[in-house]
Amino acid sequence: MAALLEVEALDAFYGQTQALHGVSFALAPGGITALLGANGAGKTTTLRSICNMVRTQGSILIDGRPINRLPTEEIVRIGVGHVPEGRGTFTNLSVDENLRVAAYSRRDRAACERDREMVYEFFPILKQRLAQQAGTLSGGEQQMLAVSRALMLSPRLMLLDEPSFGLAPIVVQEIFHIMRRINSQAKVSMLLVEQNATLALELADHAHVLETGRVVMSGTSATIKNNEAIRKSYLGY
Amino acid sequence: MEQLIQQIASGLANGAVYASLALALVMIFVSTHHINFAQGEMAMFSAYMVWQLLQWEAPFWIALPTVALVSFVIGVAVERAILRPLRHAPVLSIVVVFIGLLTIFHSMAGAIWGHTIKDFPSPFPNMSFVGSGYIGPHQIGMIAVTMLLLLGLFAFFRLTPLGLAMRASAQNPASARLAGIRVDWMLALGWGLAAALGAVAGTLVAPVVFLEPNMMSGILLYGFAAALVGGIDNPGGAVAGGFIVGVLENLAGYFGNLMEKATGVYIVGNGEKLMVALVIVIAVLTLKPSGLFGRATARRV
Repeated sequence: MAALLEVEALDAFYGQTQALHGVSFALAPGGITALLGANGAGKTTTLRSICNMVRTQGSILIDGRPINRLPTEEIVRIGVGHVPEGRGTFTNLSVDENLRVAAYSRRDRAACERDREMVYEFFPILKQRLAQQAGTLSGGEQQMLAVSRALMLSPRLMLLDEPSFGLAPIVVQEIFHIMRRINSQAKVSMLLVEQNATLALELADHAHVLETGRVVMSGTSATIKNNEAIRKSYLGY
Repeated sequence: MEQLIQQIASGLANGAVYASLALALVMIFVSTHHINFAQGEMAMFSAYMVWQLLQWEAPFWIALPTVALVSFVIGVAVERAILRPLRHAPVLSIVVVFIGLLTIFHSMAGAIWGHTIKDFPSPFPNMSFVGSGYIGPHQIGMIAVTMLLLLGLFAFFRLTPLGLAMRASAQNPASARLAGIRVDWMLALGWGLAAALGAVAGTLVAPVVFLEPNMMSGILLYGFAAALVGGIDNPGGAVAGGFIVGVLENLAGYFGNLMEKATGVYIVGNGEKLMVALVIVIAVLTLKPSGLFGRATARRV
């Protein structure tokens, strides 16, 4: 099966500082892959590289098509929904407007309506909050809104940057549960960045462990979970 | 008393123009955090274009929308061609570019149309009606056209998907890109709208101050004051600020004259009106930097 996302020898730079060194991995359609590692390992940078938000070298392919040179908004339009670090909420806009902004690039009205219903089904709380200013939502609700905004793009691939960050464990459980449903029901593949390795390995089928901008281990979630050396040195439990 | 009402009414009419200019400034500020010092000169240039079309015997209500459209295109072009390449430049470089633009538009107007003062006909019919002792037809026209324009803009930003995308881009450009919005074009569009708004403001005020390359310099100052009073990041506030500044300016002159009559001491009169704008700017910046309707912003460091 051809890979949905293929990252080959990817370097990334912030100014003069190199943050990624030859990162390579592939993601099969339909799957959930986790990127694990400590702070500063390059997880977020990898996601930002895919959306061309940092300077990169190397190749990134979606369905075999190189996307390195495309601007962020065009990559998004190909079907990459990025749920960014910090959630990226449009705080002054209402929840309804946030969802409408997310669907701005789409012209298929009927499908948009269906996706809207799907969002309400996954996150019923948002339907009650439609008129509310998004900045006044709780952290968990803003995270749900961020995932919903990505869903409104009708993506094939969703990039999730620490969806558990700063949330109560029970809310994290709920969101991860819904992410699994999104993956299976809406057929959205996912690339998940997480600090919480236990949680991520439960959800993901494959995982790559990053250290200082390099992939140090790749495999199925089970292999990584059962590799004691990796667990102790990189995942910290 | 009658004179007071007259002063307030004409203050509101001038305020309409300040409001439009302030809104144009705010529109560029919210998306780029730049203050366009050339806004006034661009408006002046547009007013000259309307005048030129009138000389060619175009009807006013065709000339104005045409020029607004041309100004829109000029605004977009300035953003794309001049400011886009400088998007990572330090803020002082941008300020210098704005001053350069100001000089360019100023000199071009002088070179094409000359520096002599020109009469600009009012497009509004001279008719009398109830209350016309207080306010002239052109002043009513200024208020009416501005109100219509502001209402249209409000509807555009509130009700259309494009308006929503522009608001989203101004508020969180990174997030807007991740929603597939072409943020660069939204900025250019903001410039275009600001230029078109300035064109209407310049044309409306031209019959009052007469047409000459310097006509907008004082008025832009009032526009700054209006934007600051309302809160530089608040479109609704800018409009309110415009009317407040317009009325304050006239009242200062009015009460200054009264005081001079009563006490013989001359403090402020019509000649010092421009000073009022500067006093307002300083007062707002020292007492309430976020403006009457603006939000105080905190930044994590």
